[in-house]
Formats: sequence, C-alpha cells, structure tokens
Amino acid sequence: MSAISHHIPDHLIRAHAAGQLPHHFAVVVAAHLSMCDACRAQAEAEEMVGGALLDRLAPAALQDGARDRLLAALDSAPPPPPAPRRSGIFPAPVMQALDGQPPRWRMLGGGIRQQVLSADEDGSLRLLYIPPGRAVPEHGHNGLELTLVLQGAFSDSEGRFGVGDVELAEDDLDHQPVACPGAPCICLAATDAPLRFTAFLPRLLQPLFRI
Amino acid sequence: MTTPDGFTEPTQWLIAVRDRRDRAAFARLFDHFGPRLKAMLLRGGLRDGSAEDVVQDVMLAVWHKAAQFDPHRAEASAWIYRIARNRQIDLVRRRPAVVLEELEEPPGNEPDAPQILALAQEARHLRAALDRLAPEQVQAIQKAYMEDMPHSEISRTTGLPLGTIKSRIRLGLERLRHELKDLKPE
Repeated sequence: MSAISHHIPDHLIRAHAAGQLPHHFAVVVAAHLSMCDACRAQAEAEEMVGGALLDRLAPAALQDGARDRLLAALDSAPPPPPAPRRSGIFPAPVMQALDGQPPRWRMLGGGIRQQVLSADEDGSLRLLYIPPGRAVPEHGHNGLELTLVLQGAFSDSEGRFGVGDVELAEDDLDHQPVACPGAPCICLAATDAPLRFTAFLPRLLQPLFRI
Repeated sequence: MTTPDGFTEPTQWLIAVRDRRDRAAFARLFDHFGPRLKAMLLRGGLRDGSAEDVVQDVMLAVWHKAAQFDPHRAEASAWIYRIARNRQIDLVRRRPAVVLEELEEPPGNEPDAPQILALAQEARHLRAALDRLAPEQVQAIQKAYMEDMPHSEISRTTGLPLGTIKSRIRLGLERLRHELKDLKPE
C-alpha cells in the first residue's frame, strides 16, 4: 500500500474534533482518521483543546446523591455494545455506516456499482465501485464533496488518489475522476447537497420512451 | 495538578480505573468532571434533569471504556471530552455519533515516559495559551467546542455577525495551533 498523500485539511479535522461536521462528512473524516496516523494525531491534538476547555468550565452543582447513584450503577449497568471493527477494506466508521453488513451494491450500468448509505436534506453518503478505466458517474454537487479511496485508485485533473487519499472538491471543481488500472476502485463519497444524477436518470428512461 | 511522572491528577485517576478498576479513583474523577460535564451539557442546551442523566451516561461510558485510554495520546480531560461531545451530538442527531477505529497497543508495551512528558508539556502550553486569550475569544472557542451542533448557526444566539465570530475562533485557534504544531509525530 502506498503512503497517503492527500489528507483532510486542518479546518475539517478541527471541525470534526469539535463535533461540528454534518454526519455525512463526519463518516468520511472518521474513516480517513482511522487510516492516517498524521491526521489522527492532529485530531487528537484538537481534542486536547476540548479537554482543556472542559477543565476550565465553572462546575454546575449536581443533584444530591448523583455520585452514589453512579457508583451503584457500575455493576448493574449493561456494558456498551462492542465498538464497530474494521472488516477487509472497510475501516470501522464505514462498517458502522454499513450496520456491520457487507455492501449491498446496486448496479448503475457500465460495471459501476453504488450503495447509498444515507441521504437526507443535508446531503448524502455513498460507496462507489468503479471498474478500472471507467469514469466516476457524473453527479452534480452544489457544495463540498469529500471522496476517500478504500481500494484501488482514481486519477483526475487534481492528481492520483490511492488507498487512504481524500479528494476535496468544491463546487467549482470540474473534475472527471477515472479509475486507475488494477483492482476496481472502491471509494466513500459524501456531499452536502442532495444527489443529482444528471446523466444517469435520462439514460434509464431512454428505453422506456424510445428516445 | 501535575504529578512527578507528568500525569495530571485526573489522568492518574483514570489510569487507576483502567488498571485496577479503582472505585475510589473513579469517585474522584466523578467529583472533578461530573459538575463540569453538567456545565458543558447545560451550555449545549440540555435541561437540568436531562443533563444529570447524560452526566451519568458519560461517566458510565468512562468506566466501561477505560481500557481504551492511552496516556501517550491524551489526557483524561480530552478523552472524556470526546465521549461527552459524541453523546451530546447523538442526542441532537438521534443517531449514534461516528466513532473512530480503536488503536490496539501491542500487549506488554511499556509506558514511554518521554512521550508522556512531552504530551504533558504540550498540554501545559495549550492551557497557558488559553489563559492568554481575551475572554471573548475563549467564549467563542467554547461555543464551537461545546455548544454548537452540526449545522447550527453561531450568529443566531450571540447576535454578532457570523464573520466576526468565525474570525475570532480562527484567531484564537491559530494562536493555539502555534503551541500545538510540534505535536505531530515524526
């Protein structure tokens, strides 16, 4: 595995550590932090800020008996469910988003597969499977898009992105990522805008309308 | 509040909980962090009764997850902050926060004293940097780290223009970053 060369920018690591990222981006950042020691160290440094702030807060009085209640609960409270674990190429945060199951791919045509992990008015999170030499399907995005490579590689005008690399695309970036030769490229992509399948939907409708 | 081996007292208590399931040390952790966690949760918008319940949840998680605490990488306050912040966000999003993959120490690894001391020193620098900030800068950072939820708007509650707040946060954190920038490994 080659070294990671495209990292999460500092301001997003900070936003993640401070708990400010929308869910879809938080999953991509957490997945990268699970694969990249340098960014993880940066995130943990940022958390020290949170800890230092917690230490400085003026204490708020707890109810009488709060401590006894807690100590009594130590033996009776059920332990938390085990934390999600990495499985194959999928780091723990991706397995969490997959509910611990392997991906359930849907065919998009041309050998390209996708699984939407979550989608709402805040944006979407999905896994993509792109055979070598194939272009990532066109998908307009109005704002920010974060794409993390989990297997294989893709390249576009911004460079080559291998396992662990993250591409950050602002809405003005006109890029056409193509999967590199070798293993199929599997990546995790988050956008902050609802997905628009500009090219794909009309193509689906073509046979129906014979256009 | 620092012991000769470089640990803060709360970090020592947490290590005692981790290694010996020490209930007295856990009670001290609760006495220190419980009221501060409640203050954080109240700032985040919880009502008194819910804040009490969440403090109990967070401290139970501290008890159950103590085995994962690694003093080479965090002080107790940062580690507990992360658990509390995730819990705070769970409640707002109504779905579990994303958790990072656990890093596994090879068994039998000896504590690395220089690394622990270096971390303690960075933490002291960080606290000193916070002390030097103007109160409104500290407030803006506190808001970002403890109150704002994903997608919430900073300007709505403070009545200050968003741009001002953003640049204040950046200013404060940039000064903090100077103190922190040597923390990256290698």
